[in-house]
Amino acid sequence: MKISQDRVIGWVLLAVAFSALSSLALITTFIFKEGVPIILKQGVGNFLFSNDWYPGEGKFGILAMIVGSLFVTLGAMFIGAIFGFGCAIVLTQFCPRRLVSIIKPAIELLAGIPSVVYGSIGVVILVPFIRDYLGGPGLSVLAASIVLGIMVLPTVTSISVDALQAVPRAYREGSIALGATQWQTTWMVVLKAARSGLVAAFILGMGRAVGETMAVIMVAGNTLEIPLGLTSPVRTLTSNIALEMGYASGAHRQALFATGVVLFVIIMVLNTIALAVSHSKAAGGRR
Amino acid sequence: MSEPQLQSDPPAGQQGLLPKIAIRNFSARFGQSQVLTGINLEVHACERLAIIGPASSGKTTLLRSLNRLNDLNATFAHDGEILLDGQDIYGDSMDVPTLRRRVGMVYAVPIPLPWSIYDNIAYGLRLAGIKGRSEISVRVESSLRNAVLWDEIKDRLRMPAMNLSGGQQQRLCMARVLALEPEVLVLDEPCSGLDPISTAKIEQALAELKDRYSVVLVTNNTKQAARASDRTAFFLMGELVEVGLTGQVFTAPRHERTGQYITGHFG
Amino acid sequence: MRISPANTQRIMVVALWTLAAMTVFTLLFILGYVLYHGLPHVTWSFLTESPRRMGKEGGIFPMIVGTAMVAGLAVLIAGPIGVATAIYLTEYTREGKITAIIRFGADCLAGIPSIIFGLFGFVFFVITLGMGLSVMAGALTLAIMVLPTIIRTSEEAIRAVPRSFSDVSMGLGATRWQTVTRVVLRSASPGIVTGIVLSIGRCISETAALMLTAGSALRMPHSALDSCRTLALHFYTLMREGISPAHAWATASVLIVVILLINLVAYWLMRRFVARTV
Repeated sequence: MKISQDRVIGWVLLAVAFSALSSLALITTFIFKEGVPIILKQGVGNFLFSNDWYPGEGKFGILAMIVGSLFVTLGAMFIGAIFGFGCAIVLTQFCPRRLVSIIKPAIELLAGIPSVVYGSIGVVILVPFIRDYLGGPGLSVLAASIVLGIMVLPTVTSISVDALQAVPRAYREGSIALGATQWQTTWMVVLKAARSGLVAAFILGMGRAVGETMAVIMVAGNTLEIPLGLTSPVRTLTSNIALEMGYASGAHRQALFATGVVLFVIIMVLNTIALAVSHSKAAGGRR
Repeated sequence: MSEPQLQSDPPAGQQGLLPKIAIRNFSARFGQSQVLTGINLEVHACERLAIIGPASSGKTTLLRSLNRLNDLNATFAHDGEILLDGQDIYGDSMDVPTLRRRVGMVYAVPIPLPWSIYDNIAYGLRLAGIKGRSEISVRVESSLRNAVLWDEIKDRLRMPAMNLSGGQQQRLCMARVLALEPEVLVLDEPCSGLDPISTAKIEQALAELKDRYSVVLVTNNTKQAARASDRTAFFLMGELVEVGLTGQVFTAPRHERTGQYITGHFG
Repeated sequence: MRISPANTQRIMVVALWTLAAMTVFTLLFILGYVLYHGLPHVTWSFLTESPRRMGKEGGIFPMIVGTAMVAGLAVLIAGPIGVATAIYLTEYTREGKITAIIRFGADCLAGIPSIIFGLFGFVFFVITLGMGLSVMAGALTLAIMVLPTIIRTSEEAIRAVPRSFSDVSMGLGATRWQTVTRVVLRSASPGIVTGIVLSIGRCISETAALMLTAGSALRMPHSALDSCRTLALHFYTLMREGISPAHAWATASVLIVVILLINLVAYWLMRRFVARTV
């Protein structure tokens, strides 16, 4: 009977459809299995809040990297949000169609450029500039923030554009009809209506910034000290893993996996917030 | 499987034959909402049955039950049975794709698939396992002739079907079904979106086909029912109010509501 | 002093356009810089020779082959799985708990940074499954990484196909599977292919995950179990270790040209898709 053939296909597809979820489960299991024991051995507090990273002596404290990731991410989001939201507003509110078809692919292309290219451009352009005009070694929080800011811009823009486009036309027309300027309408009506989508865009952008590795390695300087200012060099959680994984073994390697565990948890928290925010939007009104 | 019973008022000449379709105490619902209640209706070989009634009276649901297209909606549930040549179409032994080939359906809105005219018709034939190119070509042509479309498009078979006019698209949809040589042709308000000329062509096609198929025609247009059917059934709120020879239903309806609907007092 | 609404409008319009212009300028600057410094060094022999002296001399042919193998294999694995998942979500089930769980899995996977994929690929494919640093380990890791993108784009493409097409097809006696393969996928294919093409782009750009899974061998990979160095990683190594800036930028411009082509193809496909469904 043909229908039962369809049912069999349905089961097969269901099994395949679970591969994303099972990959996620596998990843979680393996990262935690490799990383958690050493965290417990060091003590959670010691691991997270001590600044002694001496793999040779078996001392693993990642405070400097946590602070480093935090600084760099905040800096990146400052730039990424201004530019990302700015571009999204221009694209959806102010831009004639003809220009949209130039700016939008340009931003999508920005997302396609390899992170090592961003890093290299940062090294040859940005780093000398900062060293010459702002002091310090040039490899710095600031350089990493600017490079990352540009890299998260496409993420922030594309999600924000979706959110802004979902705002019913009638809201905007109603506001304009009441005598508001285009900017007043955007600021008071459109952005407000799209708020949850914009928050989701910001948080997902933040996830990208926390997780980016190669570009940061190239421009951040990677020292193991807690950064004191914008021009101080800095090491992030991601660069810690990528820099040392090549030669690490034993407890050292486990500690790098433990760094991965911390990163993983941060990303999952951010993702969950973003998902919750964008779902509450979906519940609030039909798309 | 129960033996179908003789029905009460068959048209002349059909007495004693097994009905093509026998609907027995059939009820249907989507989730919580009851759409059809206790329908008993028969369709005979080579007769044209019109189903009329106001909006949401369950006509379309009944039609889509005849080829189990409602199964695509997961909330659909039914009671009672529908027999095609005495076999329960909801029974385990019924092969649904075969059923849908035997009971061909034309929708209210013409839905050509986004391919050429030729491929639209050949699709169903290929599904049915017909592989020979020449046979497919022959059946494409004959079905287009039967749907009164051939003369208009015979030189443009490779043209995208989307480029046809609405009336032509609907006749293409009819040809697509006819190519499968179904036993029953069910049409769901096939002319609702069409101009009078296209409507006339579809009715012409139906008239030419009446010796070969049983036709079930759902229509909002009472005049069309009067023109293009042998018997007429009147549905209201998911129930069958009355069924009889078209002439009798239109001139001497047994129920007050039928008369009111036909004369345009509601609906 | 209060600024009048009309003036705020003017200021904001100028400010926003400046931001957008700066963004586009940044893109053009990056492309221009890489191509200006790199293209003059891209010669036929650079593309077809093996590197000598760690890449200071010679070409990048093994890296081109390695990149193509890793990206190709990754998409070959993730493509069918992603499209099948999308088919399940759209055609074979109703929205409910199961679809919510599957979507949650894909959404979470999409947010995981590539270095975590690298760690996972290293401990799972390279060590636990004993593949070693290899094309295969890299490709499998990338396959998981791009899976969510392929699922999402395929799902959107399939949803854009009118439901009535399925009705018609089933009404003509097609099984659900026949309907999916002959009607739905056929109409959705430009959208699905766009997603796959963009995934290839992502695989080609990826560095962090591959560093830990595919390795950095300069040799030509002869099988899927050989280690290989992709273009992006080669560029990174040349740049970071200061081996040869000229060869580094030349490698980057090959990378950028490929990415440009991929985006052009995706853009063209998407326009065709939109034109056809509207």
